[in-house]
Amino acid sequence: MSQSSVALGNFTAGPPAAASAIRLEELRRHYSMGSSVIRAVDGVSLSIPAGEFAALLGSSGSGKSSVLNLMAGLDRPTSGSVIVHGRDLARLTRQELADYRLRTVGMVFQSFNLIASMSIAENVELPMRFAEVDRNRRDALAREALCRVGLEARMKHRPSELSGGEQQRAALARALINRPKILLADEPTGNLDSHTGTEIMNLIREFNGQMGMTVVMVTHERALAERYAQRLIFLADGKLAGDEPNSAAEVRKETP
Amino acid sequence: MKLPDLTELALRNLRESVLRNSLTTIGISVGVASLVAMLSLGIGLQQLASRRLMKSGLFDTVVVTSRRDLRNLGRDEDQTAPPPGESRILDEPTRQEIERLPNVLEAYPDIRFITELRYDDKPHMTMVAALPESAKSNDAFENVQGHFFSSDSAPEVIIQKAFAEELLGTTPKPGLDETDVKSLAPPLLGKELVMHYAQRAPASAPGQPSSGASYSVISREQKLTIVGVADLDPESMRGPTRARVFLPLKLAESLNVMQPTDLREITRATTDQPVYSSVSVRVKKPAEVQTVESAIKKMGFNTYSILDASRSIQQFFKVLDVFLGIFGSLALAVAFVGIVNTLVMAILERRREIGIMKAIGASDADVKRLFFAEAGAMGILGGVVGVALGWAIGQVINAGTNVYLRRQSFPPEHFWSVPWWLVAFAVVFSFVVSLAAGLYPAGRAARLDPVQALRYE
Repeated sequence: MSQSSVALGNFTAGPPAAASAIRLEELRRHYSMGSSVIRAVDGVSLSIPAGEFAALLGSSGSGKSSVLNLMAGLDRPTSGSVIVHGRDLARLTRQELADYRLRTVGMVFQSFNLIASMSIAENVELPMRFAEVDRNRRDALAREALCRVGLEARMKHRPSELSGGEQQRAALARALINRPKILLADEPTGNLDSHTGTEIMNLIREFNGQMGMTVVMVTHERALAERYAQRLIFLADGKLAGDEPNSAAEVRKETP
Repeated sequence: MKLPDLTELALRNLRESVLRNSLTTIGISVGVASLVAMLSLGIGLQQLASRRLMKSGLFDTVVVTSRRDLRNLGRDEDQTAPPPGESRILDEPTRQEIERLPNVLEAYPDIRFITELRYDDKPHMTMVAALPESAKSNDAFENVQGHFFSSDSAPEVIIQKAFAEELLGTTPKPGLDETDVKSLAPPLLGKELVMHYAQRAPASAPGQPSSGASYSVISREQKLTIVGVADLDPESMRGPTRARVFLPLKLAESLNVMQPTDLREITRATTDQPVYSSVSVRVKKPAEVQTVESAIKKMGFNTYSILDASRSIQQFFKVLDVFLGIFGSLALAVAFVGIVNTLVMAILERRREIGIMKAIGASDADVKRLFFAEAGAMGILGGVVGVALGWAIGQVINAGTNVYLRRQSFPPEHFWSVPWWLVAFAVVFSFVVSLAAGLYPAGRAARLDPVQALRYE
């Protein structure tokens, strides 16, 4: 990973970009396990400009999911800062963090994380209930979002009645229902076959391209990242191991 | 999250684990039913006692006695009052004075005496009492066979069932069913009774000066027609119903029957006006009883009212209600533990779901409120079902007990009461207890770390 180290030097040396959507500053997340300390994230600094599609790459245990959770406001750093659109998440109250997760970021997971007891439409509608969106508007917006991911015929179905790809599409619709500025995807194709995975990735790229949404995707599949992400960020042992632009993705984006 | 959404989500979650939540709700219902059953029994018994007291016709009555009446010695009376020897006499002018007091409907002397009555030439000794015209509306006389006195001075009597049995020689043996008053009345109505009594007659001729009261006692007899047979309980509250034969008041007064007080008061009385052992004062409404009692006490007399007794009874029932309530609440305490258990289990089961909700924007307060709403919904549902169950249990026990009472030849009684306030109280109490039970689980769910919860499988 020698070339990554160069990229790391290039990226962290300068002042943060003015239009950065996410900025990590000396970010650390350490866990205590008995007498030992696990350094899941250990001094990561980087900046992701608004509208960028970035992939976080690394092997299992490299800290990429921990970084994503910190970006999502699901976890708090041991030290350092996660600054999203000018707000340091480490300084937010629990209520403010919940509001941030509700309105600023949308998340998709490897295991879809749809609520099994609810229909697809209800799952998609759920964030709008927390956001106290009017019931009539909620129905229309959920229908529209599901149409957009091609699930209008499956609205009343429960997640268990859907294929993996359909479930992930529903999860995508849910993640985007409150029109967040950032989409965080944790191994979104990890449980899908390659064909379905491609469908999901095309959808994510479409949202990134058409809506100008910042996308940060965690994956261990370099080929997938190279195909879709504009930037590849490598993590190893909780540290930034590389950060490089991916011009190949740009080509594919223009010639779908 | 808005309340309708919260409620909808809570109910949906409850439906998802329908068996476990139903069992918990049944637990709450049983607790509430037990509470309702216990309290409604207490309230019912209290109402039964009050009804009995009301039936005695004395709830709005104050009984006035002279402080000279030695029966009152040793009672907790006004210590500032003059000693019995110097207190006022309860005579006719005093009765009129009492009758003029505010809120007093009437004040009539309690004329009662033991005398001999002859029926078919057979003598019968019994207690005779005088009844005012107003006794006609008394609940105790509502089941009179025959009719009430045609006038306040008519030579008529109403006899009590036990006396009727004595006259007919049909006294029932212990353990056997009592004779129905309807079958006793026909052979006696319209028949004649001859009453022998001691009349108090003025000793001095009219116009002659007298230094004090003096009279002579003359044996007299009075023919009386039986016009009614009453099914009265001679063991009921103190009052006219304790006697077995009743005369119209004006007639009794005109007979000038010798009273035990006549002898006691003769040394103090300045006229030959009758002196009464006691006067019954009917008050416009029970709420005024205390005021009237105080006014009469200020006049220098002893008073007694059923309200005094009912206050002690009410106090007893309040204590009984508290105890019954505590026993009833024990079952609800068990239900409380059941709710805590169900919700803690729900957290374990729905750990991932809570994590998902937090990841997509639910706040701690949203999660907490959701668990509270689930606990509250179980509480309200359990409360409503519990009240219905408690009411049904009450009806069954009431019906069963009345079957037993009828077999023992007692009239059926309604000793079970579920007032509306108890229904509301039970449902609200169940709701509050359920919310309290939800406190710990809801707090625990709200504090759940979303990263840990999402990792949980």
